Amino acid sequence: MTRHTLSVLVENKSGVLARVSALFSRRGFNIESLAVGPTENPDLSRMTIVVDAESAPLEQITKQLNKLIEVIKIVELESDAAVQRELLLVKVRAPMADRTQVLQTADLFRARVIDVNTDTVTLEATGTPDKLQALLAVLAPLGIKEMAQSGTVALGRGPRSMSGAGTLRPVERTA
Amino acid sequence: MSTTTPSEHPTREAAAALAGVETGARSVAEAAHTPAQGITGAQSLVRSLEAVGVDVVFGIPGGAILPLYDPLFDSRVRHVLVRHEQGAGHAATGYAQATGRVGVCMATSGPGATNLVTPLADAYMDSVPIVAITGQVPSGAIGTDAFQEADIRGITMPITKHNFLVTDAAEIPQRIAEAFHLASTGRPGPVLVDVPKDILQATTDFSWPPRLDLPGYKPTTRPHGKQVREAAALITAARRPVLYVGGGVIKAGASEELLELAHLTGAPVVTTLMARGAYPDSDPQNLGMPGMHGTVAAVTALQKADLLVALGARFDDRVTGNLDSFAPEARIVHADIDPAEIGKNRKADVPIVGDAKETIAELVTAVRAEHEAGRTPDLAAWWTQLDDWRDRYPLGYDWPEDGALSPQYVIERLGAIAGPDAIYTSGVGQHQMWAAQFIKYEKPGTWLNSGGAGTMGYAVPAAMGAKYGCPDTTVWAIDGDGCFQMTNQELATCAIEGIPVKVAIINNGNLGMVRQWQTLFYEGRYSNTKLHPVDENGERKPVRIPDFVALAEALGCVGLRCESREDVDAVIEKAMAITDAPVVIDFVVGADAQVWPMVAAGASNDDILAARGLRPVFGDDHV
Repeated sequence: MTRHTLSVLVENKSGVLARVSALFSRRGFNIESLAVGPTENPDLSRMTIVVDAESAPLEQITKQLNKLIEVIKIVELESDAAVQRELLLVKVRAPMADRTQVLQTADLFRARVIDVNTDTVTLEATGTPDKLQALLAVLAPLGIKEMAQSGTVALGRGPRSMSGAGTLRPVERTA
Repeated sequence: MSTTTPSEHPTREAAAALAGVETGARSVAEAAHTPAQGITGAQSLVRSLEAVGVDVVFGIPGGAILPLYDPLFDSRVRHVLVRHEQGAGHAATGYAQATGRVGVCMATSGPGATNLVTPLADAYMDSVPIVAITGQVPSGAIGTDAFQEADIRGITMPITKHNFLVTDAAEIPQRIAEAFHLASTGRPGPVLVDVPKDILQATTDFSWPPRLDLPGYKPTTRPHGKQVREAAALITAARRPVLYVGGGVIKAGASEELLELAHLTGAPVVTTLMARGAYPDSDPQNLGMPGMHGTVAAVTALQKADLLVALGARFDDRVTGNLDSFAPEARIVHADIDPAEIGKNRKADVPIVGDAKETIAELVTAVRAEHEAGRTPDLAAWWTQLDDWRDRYPLGYDWPEDGALSPQYVIERLGAIAGPDAIYTSGVGQHQMWAAQFIKYEKPGTWLNSGGAGTMGYAVPAAMGAKYGCPDTTVWAIDGDGCFQMTNQELATCAIEGIPVKVAIINNGNLGMVRQWQTLFYEGRYSNTKLHPVDENGERKPVRIPDFVALAEALGCVGLRCESREDVDAVIEKAMAITDAPVVIDFVVGADAQVWPMVAAGASNDDILAARGLRPVFGDDHV
């Protein structure tokens, strides 16, 4: 299987997320992560969907997504031509004896301390999924109390955009 | 679900008696496009239906949709009061398939709406343009498990092309216009519009036409010229081509273009279950239906072909059998309006996205150019082989050994007597396959059935919708006794509303297709397939439950019965002569007749059996 990142512009209407997620489940496609948020255009939302699929099923996924009336445009963001980030919030056990190590680890990964008390420290980190995995691996022996992680969000590199002039090429509607 | 009591509208009969309804209807028609201020959402919705050209709605009122039924009472849009919402949905489908226009059904919230689920799923599978309008509990009550609340938008998301929940009365004209546009363009399909009761009651303005706001909807109808030329080159170079024709050709109204392409190329044509009638059966190039119960010639032609030209077809499992061994030597030209169908089941060598009518017309031009350039195919050897298969393995049937009436004979005679101008609908099962095999179809839109979903109970309500849409055409529902018992209540609708359909019940007392599989694959253990009463030894008791003739009469129809070969023609002719009431014929036929040829589920099409235990000999001497 191969990871593919799809950036999907959809109409900003109720029920769109339900349509997209239901499409994936009923057609038997696996979503690795899905993130939805606003765009520069208030009428549109962007869904960033990471799927694990070979190329033939991927083509079927994009074609089925394109059939949804509220889907405006789909672009596959190749990893070397796009920036991809996830957000991680992690609450780590940090008694005084371990606290320095936690803070040094945070520094190494450019994570920020966003909450602190006598027993724990909560860190905020952004990065690629690989970087966040590495951070978690280092923190794990110290004791992770709780964590929350977002799906991937991504944008293509360079001056072009999905909706403006000089647009990125959409995944073909035709075969 | 209560209906309006007549006393609430004391003027209705008086007005009708004075023929004032006609006048009223005309004035409403003229008013349909006129803007209006300060009307209710319900009035706006009815005006929208009038403006979009609806002539009939099949439905049942109830609490949440009651406000809509009041202005509908005065509208030129006729409402046919069905007996079950499933009947409304299939009637809309039958109407759409017979006329090519959008069919409309209507139901109240909750159970009314969920009763539309089966016909919506059915229309979705067969790409039929229908619009369903459902009442919903008031906006403020949504999400509270209110009385007769169901999230019909959520429920129908996977079985509609699109659906809407109207949240503002001002958007009603736009939503209705969008629903009809979506249903009828691109790959057609069902669209549901859910309207909360308070939206129907709100005060709003109406203007027409509204602006459509569907920025993500741009169906490709015009095929790509380069791909069409590539396809034409492959067609001209092929030695064993087959035109594999699906229901999309009927939806696109492309039968004339298809005839031209077929005659130009000389290639054999197979018409899928959804495409029966797209190409005349009388044309010698038509090999018949492919698939699980297709003709040996059609199945084998696909299997041995070096080129399949799929036109509005989708490589359904009932056509391909085991996909890995389907048409192993064939290159594939796949033309469909839905890009997602191309490459879904079988990889296409030349994909063409476009409307079938435009695509086939352009293929004709491109193939003609090939011919003019001196490239013409020689299909003589291919036809020698095809004719050999066709001659050796024609469709046929044996008469039951116990002297019972042959169901295939009944259907064959019905087709011969009613002729190619009649419309035939069917349920699902053995009778459906026999009706697809033994009736000769000459015209598109004369064979209506539930192909993709396989919905038992489709025949009677679909016939009602077809007959409403084509009142001057004879409409026969060919139904099984199992299917008939699912939806026959709509015969009461037909009798009361003046929709004189004809029903042929192929009554074998069993769920016949399931029984056939139990005979073939479950050692004759007939678990729960006998619909007739049996004694302690499992033998059929000499009592009719139900008595279909008595049932037909009870529903306001003429009931007839036929149990012997000698009476078949006479009873059909008698039914044909009755034009002012629905007619039901109970054809009591043998229980053990089987549908052949057959490719067992999941088996390769190479393993087709022409009849039980009879494997055709094809030889492997390719052309």
